[in-house]
Amino acid sequence: MSVVPPVELLWWEGCPSHPDALADLERILAEEGVSAPVRMVHIESDEEAASERFPGSPTIRIGGEDIVPPGEGEPFTLTCRIYRLRDGRISPTPDPEDVRAAVRRAREDT
Amino acid sequence: MTAIGDRAPDFTLPDTDGVEHSPADDGITAVIFTCNHCPYALAWHDRLMEAARDYANVRFLAINPNDSERYPSDSLEAMQERVAQEDWTMPYLRDESQDVARAYGAQTTPDVFVIDADGRLRYRGAPDADHNDPSLNAAWLREALDALLAGEEPGRPETPPKGCSVKWKNA
Repeated sequence: MSVVPPVELLWWEGCPSHPDALADLERILAEEGVSAPVRMVHIESDEEAASERFPGSPTIRIGGEDIVPPGEGEPFTLTCRIYRLRDGRISPTPDPEDVRAAVRRAREDT
Repeated sequence: MTAIGDRAPDFTLPDTDGVEHSPADDGITAVIFTCNHCPYALAWHDRLMEAARDYANVRFLAINPNDSERYPSDSLEAMQERVAQEDWTMPYLRDESQDVARAYGAQTTPDVFVIDADGRLRYRGAPDADHNDPSLNAAWLREALDALLAGEEPGRPETPPKGCSVKWKNA
């Protein structure tokens, strides 16, 4: 099994998307042969959102890097994140292939 | 909170042009709580617009109830911009007081309510089973409308709404 830097999933209870995001993330980590527990970080206030630089739920970070970096000037607040799938559709969770690409990058950099 | 079979709360709300709208007096109405900032509402949006296009004899009303102080992308101005830029097939109403959302017991965006010609709630829930699958085409909403138009009770009167929580003021 490969090892990658710490994997975090930051979430807020106002969005029901974090279980789906976690399931995708854990499946992809397993498929890529990566051993990395996912640390769940519950964001509960705008103050925490600001201090954690949380652009919305869910946010996945590997080694502290957002796997889908937020746009310039995107506010850090309690909100649901809007992702674009690779076919252009809007989704509450990142495209699984974007997750896979981030896992592979982290594995190669480690 | 309105239950299936209850008389649905009446309301009058302004759309993005200031024109007031209410549920139909003698026809079927689909009331859809939705918003600008939620990925679930956005993912289901085209399917709901398509349903409104296909059911011309049903009154469709989209309502944005979110607190726009904390979520500026749900302000009236942002709603107006969106309607101007997109092909909306139903009026987009602003529930500034959140009274209508509270009266219906709306929980999420989207949250769909179908009212029959007698003013009673006959369906409440999600548009279909998966926000991520456009081929489902708002099937649960369409089933309810088809049943009512055929003079029958919807076979699936209630489904769990799925989406972002309604952003209540002072929450």
